[in-house]
Amino acid sequence: MDLKEEEFIYPGTRACAGCGMALIYRIALKALGPKTILTVPASCLTVLHGMQGFCSTKLSVLHTPFATTGASASGIVASLDDKGLSDEICVVAFAGDGGTTDIGIQSLSGAAERGTNFIYACYDNEAYMNTGVQRSGSTPLGAFSTTTPMGKDGHKKNMPKILEAHGIPYVATACASYPLDLYEKFQKAREIKGPKYIHILAPCPPGWGYEPKDTIKIGRLAVETGFWPLYEIENGRMTLSRPSKKYSDEQKRKPIKEYLETQKRFKSLDNNTVQNYEQYINDLWSEVNQRLEREQE
Amino acid sequence: MTQTIEKSQKRTKKILTGNHAAAHAFRQARVGVISAYPITPQSPVVEKVSEFVATGKMQAKFVRVESEHSALAVCCAASATGSRVGTATSAHGLELMYEMLPWASGNRLPIIINLATRALGAPWSVWTDHQDFMTVRDVGWIQMFCENNQEIYDTNLQAFKIAEDPRVFLPAIVGYDGYILSHTMMPVILEDQEDVDDFLPPLKHHYNLSDISTVKGIDPVTTPHIVHRQEGTAPGYYEYRYSLQKSLENSIEIIKQVHDEFSQKFGRFYGNGIFKTYMTEDADVIIFAMGSVASQARNVVDKLRQKGEKVGLVSLKLFRPFPAEILRNFLKDYRNIIVFDRDIGYGHEGVLCYELKAALYGLQEPPYIKGFIIGLGGRDINDDQIIFGIKKGLKDSKERKFTSQTEFIGLKLDQLKDYDEKTYFDKEG
Repeated sequence: MDLKEEEFIYPGTRACAGCGMALIYRIALKALGPKTILTVPASCLTVLHGMQGFCSTKLSVLHTPFATTGASASGIVASLDDKGLSDEICVVAFAGDGGTTDIGIQSLSGAAERGTNFIYACYDNEAYMNTGVQRSGSTPLGAFSTTTPMGKDGHKKNMPKILEAHGIPYVATACASYPLDLYEKFQKAREIKGPKYIHILAPCPPGWGYEPKDTIKIGRLAVETGFWPLYEIENGRMTLSRPSKKYSDEQKRKPIKEYLETQKRFKSLDNNTVQNYEQYINDLWSEVNQRLEREQE
Repeated sequence: MTQTIEKSQKRTKKILTGNHAAAHAFRQARVGVISAYPITPQSPVVEKVSEFVATGKMQAKFVRVESEHSALAVCCAASATGSRVGTATSAHGLELMYEMLPWASGNRLPIIINLATRALGAPWSVWTDHQDFMTVRDVGWIQMFCENNQEIYDTNLQAFKIAEDPRVFLPAIVGYDGYILSHTMMPVILEDQEDVDDFLPPLKHHYNLSDISTVKGIDPVTTPHIVHRQEGTAPGYYEYRYSLQKSLENSIEIIKQVHDEFSQKFGRFYGNGIFKTYMTEDADVIIFAMGSVASQARNVVDKLRQKGEKVGLVSLKLFRPFPAEILRNFLKDYRNIIVFDRDIGYGHEGVLCYELKAALYGLQEPPYIKGFIIGLGGRDINDDQIIFGIKKGLKDSKERKFTSQTEFIGLKLDQLKDYDEKTYFDKEG
């Protein structure tokens, strides 16, 4: 498959060097194409979009307060419905993990429950990066943040599972390091009616503590260690995405240590925490494997 | 005049609650998107609108959201996408919307909120006072208040026209007392749809996200400074705020114009569209009040006039922008004004009272102004209480008594035998 050549983000945005989110956004907008309206809450993406009077994308964007992303998208969809344009134009909400798993979960849940015809994309850099690396509900176990200086207690919230429980037609995970997989998922989501949810891991050099050049490598390690499985759930049926397929087999997964060691935020992890991660990943995958087996029957 | 009579044959007269009058106004204003969350005493507005939508009497999209915060967020987004939008709420619902209120005005979105007023908790109360209405006085919305159900219907139709005027582009709140109007039936004339359409043409918005041929970035970050770039110049935050304030100031003239146009077309008027007067011409003392308090005060004016006492009433309709100049011109030659606030600017005094005092500041011989708090949380307001306030005010005026201590009328502390300010909440003591 080829990526579209046309760019929908102008060059020279304000994102940091090596930003996983910027990469995700660039690929996603290519898949979505010109007949798209975006809505974005307070987040790193607000920064990427730049200052009042200018727009960093070739697509219109409605900025909206933190808690309102799902509602803002609902409002755009309702107005398009009012004008008979909702089949033509795709409404896409793009929010960070704090804006999705914490402050925005209510309006997202409402929009999903109402069957709103839109795509909700969460780029997950696993903390409030725009405000200076404070922990979110999506921050992983043991990770340093400015509000968890001794490391975070507990694992990240499983947001795709929560959205799946809403009975929506499409839920997918993706990662900045696999652009073609990401592209396909957005393309597919665009063709489905109803609420679509795509949760994308977005490595963040300053927040995670690694060199900007390593974004792709680290995102890949998240998948290769089994920490971040890539999958789709269409009408309740799960399929593993190509990059994650072989990690069903525990033997093929890289040790989680290899992922954790690449980032300063995990610097002070003790062995217990690493073991906890191993167990977490095993549990995650046995649930996935059982489900895949069950659904094949 | 003949034209009005001719049109009147196509009108219908219905017996409606205040809430249903608001719902009919939304229907006839052809609101395109409605989003709301239930709260007492507003809920019948959105129940009625739901019925209109379900039965095809209204071609709107109704987004039944999970909170008021989302309700106004949906309204903001739908308005920015080019639709005429409205919602309704009360008390805690309005407070939950708070974050989105300056967002709507800052974005210049002509959204209409019907506010069936209700006291704010804690402690819980579902009954009326004007505290919720007052808490949003500094967010850049036009705020109007109504005294009867016809006025609710009429003010809604005017509010859309005012809000959508290109010289204004501001959101507006139409307030009316919970239960006293929201749940009370009165005859309301519903105008012919053709006439309403003629008065209120389709919205021509300055925003229209649905037109994807022009790319818009609505509401990104502004800076403290003006930004000059090759692509153009963008205003700083300060310039946006200036334009918001100036539009509010200038809107007073447009509010008057729209009211005049409405009056000519439909034959009903509400004072000058800014405030309503009753028997003020030769009055020695003016009652200054809003909504249910003003309605009660009309009775009092009648009663006292029968006894030969020259009392008049000014019932404020437009609260924001505060019509300081118009009030100043009108009130400058009166000697005594008694203000009854169904609200408090906590830590200071009644909001209407201090706003009026400030509006009359600097007059050579300013009227004496005395304020009272009355009827909070739905405590009944009766004629005697207002008469008491007038007498007390006139006495204080004679004695030139100026104090920052608030006075509450209708309190029944005598029924709380153990009440002592210093110890009442000190459960240890």
